[in-house]
Amino acid sequence: MSVIEAKGIVTRFGSRTIHDGVNLHINENEIYAILGESGSGKSVLMKEMIMLLEPAEGKMYVLGENLQSINAKKAQELRKKWGVLFQFGALFSSLTIAENIEIQLKEYTDVSKKMRDKLIYSKLNLVGLDAYVGELYPSELSGGMIKRAALARALAMEPKLLFLDEPTSGLDPIGARNFDQLIVNLRDLLGITVVMITHDLESIFTIVDRMAVLADKQVVAEGRLENVLQSHHPFVEAFFKNKYTKERFKDKIKNV
Amino acid sequence: MNEKYLFLEVYPDYIKLISKEKWMLQSVQKIENLLRQIPCDKKIVWDVSLIDEFDSAGMLLFIEYFSYFAAKTKVEIAGYTSVQKEMYDLLKAEHKSKEAISVTRKNRIENLGKKAVECYDDFKEFVNFSGELFAALLYNLFHPRSIRFKETVYHIYHSGFTALVIVSLTAFLVGMVIAYQGSVQLAKFGADIFIVDTVGLSIVRELGPMITAIVIAGRSGSSYTAEIGAMKITEEIAAMRTMGFDPYHFLVLPRIYALMIALPLLIFFADIMGIFGGMVAAKMQLGISVDQFISRTQEVVAVKHYILGMIKGPVFAFLIAAVGSFRGLQVSENTESIGLHTTQSVVNSIFLVIAFDALFSVIYTELDL
Repeated sequence: MSVIEAKGIVTRFGSRTIHDGVNLHINENEIYAILGESGSGKSVLMKEMIMLLEPAEGKMYVLGENLQSINAKKAQELRKKWGVLFQFGALFSSLTIAENIEIQLKEYTDVSKKMRDKLIYSKLNLVGLDAYVGELYPSELSGGMIKRAALARALAMEPKLLFLDEPTSGLDPIGARNFDQLIVNLRDLLGITVVMITHDLESIFTIVDRMAVLADKQVVAEGRLENVLQSHHPFVEAFFKNKYTKERFKDKIKNV
Repeated sequence: MNEKYLFLEVYPDYIKLISKEKWMLQSVQKIENLLRQIPCDKKIVWDVSLIDEFDSAGMLLFIEYFSYFAAKTKVEIAGYTSVQKEMYDLLKAEHKSKEAISVTRKNRIENLGKKAVECYDDFKEFVNFSGELFAALLYNLFHPRSIRFKETVYHIYHSGFTALVIVSLTAFLVGMVIAYQGSVQLAKFGADIFIVDTVGLSIVRELGPMITAIVIAGRSGSSYTAEIGAMKITEEIAAMRTMGFDPYHFLVLPRIYALMIALPLLIFFADIMGIFGGMVAAKMQLGISVDQFISRTQEVVAVKHYILGMIKGPVFAFLIAAVGSFRGLQVSENTESIGLHTTQSVVNSIFLVIAFDALFSVIYTELDL
């Protein structure tokens, strides 16, 4: 079953066309990456999946709902089923980390305060943050901690679908690999479907199941790594078949 | 020519140009002044072997003058190192690519058209904002439990209570000024006691509400724009939307409700302080006693006037909070736009307060109130 399906998505900003017929589908329980050069509309595409933007044409299905014809009530229900990690965290700066994680539980559930506290600290623990971090404000955290805290918030409502915008950018190499491992664990343990925008070759070669490559306003290659590598599009050639990548991931590329 | 950076030896059939020392950012201007004086009537042999140190500025200067000389006469380079050659090749490529970019300047008519389209878009965005705002208001009306009381109380404290001192001081001074200015004119007619009418009516009907609204527009209108604008830049508002928290319910309406409650209360206080200011000035300037002033006030300032002034309060509050929030939501992804929109927010809301005050005056006059 596909969790997300995009059919003929066309996006325009004024006279500029960003997407001209983008098609892709994301299966349940997979880690799916959206790649492409800067300015190719990866973030825009993700924003269309989470109802922050509306495409000019085409259909977008998320968890079985058609986003173009969804009513306000169903849209509100849908928003409770996913978690979103923004590139720079986007934690609410007027709330502590614990309050950031708590806010949706408080608004949408009747869970008691005691239970909410337990949930908050289990989420913090899950993303590898100490309990005391809950008392701090976002401005008091480092970039890596903000990403983790924001992931904890995205997981607050036990979502089945997780959107990550460049989860490993701005992290140190060790932190980035730990974050990758965390994403894999979440997928395996909680059965979450992960959609992420990434440039990180390590993530792409190690944890990503399937991917879509955006270039020339369209998806030029989609599928598993070996399918994508068969494409001869200039961006795919430049991104995957350069000297560095070939050398670094030679055993993975050789298998193809 | 015998200089620090450049040395010239003239031979019968060629000129030997010897560069030395540091060809670097700090010295390029001096070197260029020297290079400009080089005559190009003979073949040039350019010896660069004595250069101790160079950076990309020095190399760019060399490239520029090499092509300048080459266009006029024959040039030969001598004594360059491999590092210099590498840098030359790197910068030479950059040098070429620059010429390919043509800069198009916008003319006035184009700018005018752009401005007009911007104004139109601004208006469209405002209509959109108003629509969303009223939809949220209606929702609140039918679902009173969805009103964010905690946030509303927070904003009543921050935009109402903490503004008491500045509002009362401003109103006190305005009351005093009115009394001072009026007393000079009224004393000429021996109509001293009418100073009470002047102060009482003008403060309660017009100045109290307007002064308070202008102070609050500068104080809270700007902070609403800056707060919401900053949240827009950090993507907090986008995050709220993805979590199903409508910014109109969570950010805009609590601010509007808070100001609609706080502003009338502030106006009430401003009325008292304004009349008090007038009383102090009347005592000092015209010797009208406190008792006299108060009993005359009770005679001339009917409750009607107080109510007419008070009605303006919630209207002004709505305008200030709505414009402040609207401009905040318009902030785009750069820090410059926070400043721009904050300025616009204050200018717009003060203008709207004055325009609506004029409108109220017309309505009151037409209704003989």
